[in-house]
Amino acid sequence: MNTVVEIRSAPHVHSGRSVEQIMRNVVYALLPICAYAVWLFGISAAALIATTTATCVLVEYWSCRMAERETSVGDFSVVITGILLGLILPPGLPLWMGAVGAFIAVGPGKMLFGGLGFNVFNPALVGRAFLQAAFPVAITSYTPARALHRFAEFVPTSLAIPFLKAAPLKDWMARVQVDGFTGATPLMLQKFEHVTTDPWTLFLGDRAGSGGETCALLILLCGCYLIVRKMMDWRIPVAMLLGALLTGGAYHLSNPARYPGPLFVLFSGGLMLGALFMATDPVASPVTPLGMWIYGLLMGFIAVLIRFEGGLSEGVMYAILLGNALAPLIDNVTQPRAYGQRKKAAVA
Amino acid sequence: MALMQIFAGKRLHRGLHVPDRKEATNRLPIRRMPFAPMLVVPLSQHTGAPAVAIVREGQEVVRGEPIAKAGGFVSVPMHAPATGRVTRIALAPGARGDLSPAIYIEPYQGASQEILYGAPQDIESMSPAEIVQAVQDTGVVGLGGAAFPTHVKMKAPEGKAIDIVVVNGCECEPYLTADHRVMLEQPREVLHGARIAMKALGAAQAVIGVEDNKMDAVRALHAAASGSIDIAVEAVAARYPQGAEKMLVKVLLGREIPSGGLPADAGLSVFNVATLAQIGELLPQRRGLIERVVTIAGPGVRRPGNYLVPLGTPLRWALAQADCTRDVSSVILGGPMMGAAAGSLDLPITKGVTGILVLTKREVNGNSRIHPCIHCAACVDVCPMHLNPSRLGMLARKDRYEEMETDYHLIDCFECGCCSYVCPSHIPLVQYFRVAKQMNRERKARA
Repeated sequence: MNTVVEIRSAPHVHSGRSVEQIMRNVVYALLPICAYAVWLFGISAAALIATTTATCVLVEYWSCRMAERETSVGDFSVVITGILLGLILPPGLPLWMGAVGAFIAVGPGKMLFGGLGFNVFNPALVGRAFLQAAFPVAITSYTPARALHRFAEFVPTSLAIPFLKAAPLKDWMARVQVDGFTGATPLMLQKFEHVTTDPWTLFLGDRAGSGGETCALLILLCGCYLIVRKMMDWRIPVAMLLGALLTGGAYHLSNPARYPGPLFVLFSGGLMLGALFMATDPVASPVTPLGMWIYGLLMGFIAVLIRFEGGLSEGVMYAILLGNALAPLIDNVTQPRAYGQRKKAAVA
Repeated sequence: MALMQIFAGKRLHRGLHVPDRKEATNRLPIRRMPFAPMLVVPLSQHTGAPAVAIVREGQEVVRGEPIAKAGGFVSVPMHAPATGRVTRIALAPGARGDLSPAIYIEPYQGASQEILYGAPQDIESMSPAEIVQAVQDTGVVGLGGAAFPTHVKMKAPEGKAIDIVVVNGCECEPYLTADHRVMLEQPREVLHGARIAMKALGAAQAVIGVEDNKMDAVRALHAAASGSIDIAVEAVAARYPQGAEKMLVKVLLGREIPSGGLPADAGLSVFNVATLAQIGELLPQRRGLIERVVTIAGPGVRRPGNYLVPLGTPLRWALAQADCTRDVSSVILGGPMMGAAAGSLDLPITKGVTGILVLTKREVNGNSRIHPCIHCAACVDVCPMHLNPSRLGMLARKDRYEEMETDYHLIDCFECGCCSYVCPSHIPLVQYFRVAKQMNRERKARA
C-alpha cells in the first residue's frame, strides 16, 4: 500500500464540466448557422467570417504575448467572438473593415478588461458598434440573398482596399439580381418603405440581412442544442423574446396599420441571433434567477423600442449592449433571499 | 404550504444530482472487522470539551469499560473498544493534521468481540433528565459525521419546545451506504432510539426522512413502525445535499432553521439514523459506544463493504482489510463531497467517520486549469442556501472577507461543495470560503 496520500480540499469529485467544453460546443452550434450564411451569401460571407475569426484569434494570442501570460486562445471563447462578429455584419462588408471590427472587439472589447470573464460588454457587439459608428454606410449596405455567381465571385465591396472608396455596387447588383430582390433587409423595407415581409419567409430565412441572422428556425435549433446540453441558460433568450413579443404586440395593437405583427418582430432582424447567442454571453449577463428575467425582458423591450421609435432600423445590438451595462446593477438589486434569512442580501 | 408540497413532491429544489455510486456496497451486509494490533482512542473525537482519561498506562481494560469520563456537559466519555492493556497515553495524529492526546490499547491475542460489560436498565421509568444523563454515559455522538454529543440535542433549550423529532436517513453523499445498511438491518433499534429521543424531548411526533434510492430501507422501517401513529417514515426524492439537516427539515416539514440558529429554534431536533440505532441498542444495556459502521469504498479498494469497525482502528489496518490497491492517491474520511482528505494512514477511525473513500490517481483530476469566473450562474442555481457563490468567490479573490460576511451571508455556507462541483472554471469556491471564514474568525479574535 502506498503511504503517500494527497490532501485536497473537498469536494473531491467534479461534474466534469469545463469552460473549454462549453465554449467548444457554442462553436459547434454556430457552425450550421455559418454554413447557411455561406449558402445564402456565397464566398463573400465565408471570407468575412474567416477574416473576423482569424483576426480575433490573432489579437487574443498577441495580447496574451504582450501581457506575458499563458495564452487563452485554447478556451475557444475568442473563436465564438470571431464567428459571431462575422455573422452579424453585412455579408458584402469590406474584409478590412471586418478585421478592424475584430481588432476592436477583442483588443479594447475584451483583452483590455482582462480577458475572458472580465469584459463588461459582449466583445462581438463592441466590434460591431465600433464599425457602425466608423463606417455607417458600409454597415448598412446589404447585399441580396442567393445572388447569382455567389460561389464564384466576391461582392465587389468585399475586396475593397482600405480607406479607398469601394467600387459601386450598382452594376454588380444589376448583374446578379434574383427575382427583383433588392439588398434591403426586411426591417429596412418595413421601416422606410412600409413593405412587411411575410413572417414565414423570415422564419425560414431566405432573405437579405447580416450573414447569420436570417434563419430564425436554424438559430432556434442551434440554440436548443445548447440549452438541452445545459450549456446555455434558457431564461435569458426566453425573457428577451418574450419582452420583444409583448412590446411588439402592444405596438401592433395600438396601430395595426403602422406597426407589423409580433411574429414579424420576433423573426426579423438580429433578434433571434441576439437573444440566443449574444444576450446569453454569460460573462456580461446577470447571475441571479430574477436578474436574468429582468435583463432579458428589458433587452427585448429596448430592441423593439429602438426599431419603432429610433432612427435605426435595427435595435438589438444597442439593446444588448445596454443590458450588458446594466447587468452588474441588476445583479446587485436581485440578490436571492438566503435560506434562514428574513431579509434579502444587502445591496452592495 | 401543504398543498404546495403535494404538487411539488417532497424534494429539494436546489442542490444537484450527483452520481451516487452506492451499488458497490449497498447490498453488502454489515460485517465485523477484526481488532488491529493497536487501537488508538483519541480523547477528543467529538465537538466540545475533550474527555478526561480515567485509566493508567499499563492498566488492563475490558471491552466496553469506560476509559475516559466526559469533560463537561458538551462532552462524552470513551469506552475501551477491546479487551487488552493500555500501553500508553500520548499524542496521536488527528484528522486535521494536529496532534491530540489519545489512549493506546493493545488488544489481547484472541480477545473476543463479545461485549460483557454493562447492565440492563429500565428506560420506561426514567425521567427526561435521567435519559439525557444515560445517553451521555453511552458516549454516543452524531454518527452522521458531525460528532456533536447526542445527549445535548436531547435536552430542549430553555424556553423552547420541541414538537417533532426529525430522523435523518438521507445519506446523500455518494458511495456511503453505512446508514442504509443500519436502517435495513436494525430498523427496530432506529425506532427505539427515536422513541427515547421523543421521550427525552417531550416531542409528540417523529418523522424519518429517507431518500428514495433506498426504498428497501423505507419498507424495512415501515414494517418495523407498523401500527404506530407517532412515527412517520417519508421517502424523499434523492438529491444532494438533502442530508444536511437544514435542507431535510425544509423538505420534510417546510420549516427553515434561522440563520445562526439551531433546529430547536424551529421546534425541531434532528438525529442521524445510525446515532439513534446506537442509542436504541446501547441504552437498555447501559453500554458504551465502542464500534460503528463504516463504508469502505471507492475505486482504490478491491473488497469494499460496510464494516463494523472498533473505534480507534488505524486507517492503514482498515484499508488492508478492504484490500486496498497500490495506486491510491487519496484517502477521504466521509463522502467525496464534504469529506476531509486524511493526511496520514496512521489516523484512527473515530466516532464521526461515516466512510472511508479510497481514490486512485484516475479519479483525482485536480490539476485542471482554473479559469476566471465566466458568470455562468451554475453555482447560483445549485446553492441550497440560496447564496451567490459567484459573487462570494469574486470577493474572496480580492480579500474582501468582511464584505462576504456582512453582505453575502458567508456564515450560512455549510460547505456542501455543490458550487465547486459544478464550476466549469474549476474555481475551488468552497476552499475560498473556508479560508474566508477562518480569516474572519481570526479578525474577530484580534478585535
